[in-house]
Amino acid sequence: MSQEWQIVWFTAWVSALSTLLILPAGLAAAWLLARHDWRGKSLVETLIMLPLVMPPVATGLILLKVLGRRGVLGGFMHDKFHLDLAFTWRAVLAAQAVMSFPLLVMFARTAFAGVNPRFEQIARTLGAGEWRVFFSITVPLAWRGIVGGMILAFARALGEFGATIMVAGNIPGRTATLSLSIYESVQLGRDAAAFRLLGIAVVLAFAAVWLGGWFLRQRRV
Amino acid sequence: MSLLLKNISLPLADFVLQVDVELAGQVTAIFGPSGAGKTSLLDLIAGLRRPERALIQLEQRVLTDTARGLALPPRERQIGYVPQDLALFPHLPVRKNLLYGCKTPAPRDGLFSYEHVAAVLEIGPLAGRGVTELSGGEKQRVALARALLTSPRLLLLDEPLAGLDAALKARIIPYLARVRDEFQVPMLYVSHDRQEIQALCDEVMELERGQVLPRAKEKA
Repeated sequence: MSQEWQIVWFTAWVSALSTLLILPAGLAAAWLLARHDWRGKSLVETLIMLPLVMPPVATGLILLKVLGRRGVLGGFMHDKFHLDLAFTWRAVLAAQAVMSFPLLVMFARTAFAGVNPRFEQIARTLGAGEWRVFFSITVPLAWRGIVGGMILAFARALGEFGATIMVAGNIPGRTATLSLSIYESVQLGRDAAAFRLLGIAVVLAFAAVWLGGWFLRQRRV
Repeated sequence: MSLLLKNISLPLADFVLQVDVELAGQVTAIFGPSGAGKTSLLDLIAGLRRPERALIQLEQRVLTDTARGLALPPRERQIGYVPQDLALFPHLPVRKNLLYGCKTPAPRDGLFSYEHVAAVLEIGPLAGRGVTELSGGEKQRVALARALLTSPRLLLLDEPLAGLDAALKARIIPYLARVRDEFQVPMLYVSHDRQEIQALCDEVMELERGQVLPRAKEKA
C-alpha cells in the first residue's frame, strides 16, 4: 500500500472508531437534553457545544494538558499501564472524538425531540421499562437523525486538523492524517501529492455530507 | 369497579384540576368541554403525570398516594390506555403493535389471548399490515386490542371515536359494547358525544375547568 493510501486508510478507520466511541455518550447526552430538564442543563449544553466554537488548536492544547505524560489522564495511563496517549494514534482518536461529539449530540437531540412523547408514554402503559422504551420506540423513531448525525460526526473527524496537530503531532506512519498530510505536502512543495490527497478528501467529505443529508431528508415515520 | 380518586390536585395552565370522587360503574363516561382536564385526569390515573396531591386507588390497590410518597410506575399499574391520537407505533407492523404488551401465557383462562382478542375485534387479517395502511376504524380497533392484550384491570379510552364520521362511529360502537360485555374490564370513557355515552356507559362524571360538576355524577 502506498504511503498516501496508508494515510487515507488510517484517517478513515480512526474517524470511524471515534464516531463509534462517542455514540453511547452522545446518545445519552442528546436524550437527556431533549427529554429532561435539570439544574445546570444549560451549562452542560454549553460545555458540550464548546469545541464547535472554540479555536480547534485551543481544544488541542487542553487535550495535550490532559493526555500528556504530566496530564491527569495521560499520567495515570503511563504510570499504571505504561501506555502513552499524547503523540500516538490514541491522541488522534481523542481529538477527533472531542471535536465531532457536539455535532452528534446536536443532530441526535433534534431527532429525539422530534419523537412524539406520547408513543413512549403509551409503551410504558403497555408494560415496557425505560430501556425497552428507549431501544424499541425512541431510537427506531429517531434513527434517521441519529445516523445523519453519525455521518456528519464522521465527516468532521475526517477533516480534523487543529486539535490533532496539537495533541498528536504529525508523525508519518503513526499520527499523520489526511488533513495533516495535505498541509505538510504543501509546506514541502509536493503539490502533486497535496492535490491527490485533496481529491480524496473532497470525495470522502462529499460522500459523507451527501449521505448525511439524504438520511435527514427521508420521510419521518 | 371501585376507583377512588381522592383529593386530586393538579395545576394546569388555566386552572387546577380538583377531583374527589369514587367511581363504581362498569363504564364511566367522563364528559365535558375541550380543555376541561379530562385527558389530564386519565394521564394521572395511568401514572403519566405527577399530581401535586392525590390518592388513586383501584379496587384494593393503591396506585398513587402522594401523602406516602407512593406512585406506581405506569408499567406496573395494569391500566390499558387508548389515547385520543391512538399512538400506534408507526415503525412497527400491526402484529408487533399488538404483541408489544401482550402477556404470555394469556391470563384469566385465555380470555386476553391474542387469538381471542383478535377474533372479538375482527382484526386477525390486519396483522401483517403496516399501521399507516389502516383505515380510521381499523386503527381504533387495533389500538383497543393492543391495550386489551395487556389484560388490564382498567381501560382508559380518550375520545376513541373522535374524528370518525357518523357512519363509522355507528360501526365501531358495537365493537366497544362487545369489549365491555366480553372482557368485563371496567372503563373510563372520555367523550363529548351524548349518544356514545348513552350506548356504552352506565355512569357519567361531568368535568368543567377541572371541577366535577355537582350532581353530574349520575347514572347514564
